[in-house]
Amino acid sequence: MELLLEGVSHRYGELRALEAIDLEVREGETLALLGPSGCGKSTLLGIMGGLLRPSEGCVRVRGEPPAGSLNPFTYVFQDFALLPWRTVAGNVALALEHHRLGAAERTRRIEEALRLTGLEEFAHAYPKQLSGGMRQRVGLARATAVRPALLLLDEPLSALDAQTRELLMEDLIRIWSHERTTSVYVTHNLFEALRMADRIAVLSRRPGRLKEIIAVNIPFAERGAPERAAALSALHQRIWTLIRDEVQVADREVHDG
Amino acid sequence: MAEQSIAAEARVAFRGGGFEPGARRWASWLAFAAIIAAWQAASSSGLLPALLMPSPWQVARAFGELWHSGRLPGDLGASLYRVLWGWFLGTAVGLVAGVAMGIWTTPRAIGIPIVSALFPIPKIALLPLLILWFGIGEPSKIATIALGVFFPTVITGYSAVDSVPRNLIRMAQSFNLPRREIIRKILLPGAMPAILAGFRISSSIALILLVAAEMIGAEHGVGAFILQAGNLMQTDQLVAGVVVLSLLGLAISTLLGRLERALLRWR
Repeated sequence: MELLLEGVSHRYGELRALEAIDLEVREGETLALLGPSGCGKSTLLGIMGGLLRPSEGCVRVRGEPPAGSLNPFTYVFQDFALLPWRTVAGNVALALEHHRLGAAERTRRIEEALRLTGLEEFAHAYPKQLSGGMRQRVGLARATAVRPALLLLDEPLSALDAQTRELLMEDLIRIWSHERTTSVYVTHNLFEALRMADRIAVLSRRPGRLKEIIAVNIPFAERGAPERAAALSALHQRIWTLIRDEVQVADREVHDG
Repeated sequence: MAEQSIAAEARVAFRGGGFEPGARRWASWLAFAAIIAAWQAASSSGLLPALLMPSPWQVARAFGELWHSGRLPGDLGASLYRVLWGWFLGTAVGLVAGVAMGIWTTPRAIGIPIVSALFPIPKIALLPLLILWFGIGEPSKIATIALGVFFPTVITGYSAVDSVPRNLIRMAQSFNLPRREIIRKILLPGAMPAILAGFRISSSIALILLVAAEMIGAEHGVGAFILQAGNLMQTDQLVAGVVVLSLLGLAISTLLGRLERALLRWR
C-alpha cells in the first residue's frame, strides 16, 4: 500500500505547523521524517494516519491493505501508550478485542507478535515491571498483531537510553526484513534515520516544508559495516548541512519563546 | 608526572537521603499507648475532672455497658442505615454525572457552572428544606447525606476522567476502538485510582453530615446519642459515642483500602 500526500498544510490557530507538503510513501519502504524540534514531524504523522485533519491538502492511499490487516494505519508511540492495568499479552490483545476474531486466531496473533518481539516470557508481566526497551517492544508487538499496511512510528526510541536504542534498532530492522511493512519513522536523530530508513525526508523548521528527500542506497545489513562507514558519513554530512542552520534557528526560537 | 600520594584517609560522611520517610510502624502504636496512658494518669491524678473529660477506663466501661444493653448497637444500626444509603445514592448519581461530564462536552458545559454554584453550600443548611419535602423520617437525613456526597463525587468523577492520559485515548483511537470500548477499557480503569481516592473524601463528608443531621432531627443514631449524653452531662457515654464514630471511620477507611488493593493491583 502506498500513501500520497498532496499539498498538505496544517495550522494550530494562528500557528503554521506545516506548509504545502507533497510526499509519496512507497510500498514496502521505510521513510524517515527528519527535522528540527517543532517542525511538524509528528503533526504530519498524525495527518498520515487520520488522527489529525489537515488544514489544506489531502492524503490518498494507493493499493489494498494486506490480507488479514485489521488496522491498516497503525501507530507506535514515543511514550509507548501502554495500559498499566493490563499485562503484556492484555495490551497486545486490546488491539484485537473489538474485531470479530475467533479465540484461537486471537491467541495465535498475540503469541506470534510476542515471539517476533522477544516477549514470550513476559506475557503475564505488567508494564511497570518492564524496562523502557521492553515496554516499547510491547508497543511494537501490539502494532504487529493487527498486521498493519502502514506502520507510523513517532520517535519510538527517543525515550530510551543509547544502549537500549541500539538493541531495539536491531530488532526493528530484523522485524522489517521479515515483514517489509511500509513504514514512516519520525525522528530528530540523524544516526537513527540513516540506520533505519530507505529514504529520508528532510523538513525545514516551522512551518515544516519538505527540503529534500535523500535515498540511503545501502542495504540495512551493511550499514554497521566498517567498509560502509565512509558512504554513511558522507550522507550524514550532506543531511547535516541541510538541517544545521534550521536546527540552530529552531533552537533559538524555543529559547526565545 | 608523578602521582600525588594521599596524605591521610578519611571516611566520607553521610549527609542525608533527601528526608525520605522510613517505616516506623511501632511508633504509631507506641504514641497511641502513650496518649492513653497520659490521659489515664491525668484523670487518676485529678488533673482532668471526670465531668469535663472522663478517663479512658470510664469510657471503656460506659462503652461496654452501652453495648451490652443494646443501646449502642441500635444507634449504630440506625446510623449505618442512613450513612450507607446516603453515601451509595450520592456516589452512584454523582459518579454517573461526573464521568459523563468528563467524557462529553455538553454535560460538562452544563454541569460545571451548576456544580460550582451549588458545591459551596453547606448541605446541612438544606436539612430543614429537605424535612419539609420528605418529612422528619429517614428520607430527609439520607437526602442530606446524598446531597453532601453528590457534589464532591461529581468533581471527582470528571477530574478522574481528565486525569486519564490523553495518549492512551489517542492510542485506542488509532486502533479504531469504538467509543464505548474506549470508555470501558481505557477511561473507567484509568479513572479508578482517582475515583477511589474520592471515595475516602466523600465517606468522611457522609460521616460529618450523618452526625449533624442526627443531632438536628433524630431520636436514634450515634449523633443523636452523643447530643443526648451531652445534654445529660454523661461525658463517659458522650466520649464512648465519639469512639464509635472514630471506629466507624476507621472501618470505612480499612474497607476502602482493601477495595483499592483489590482493584488497583496493577499499581
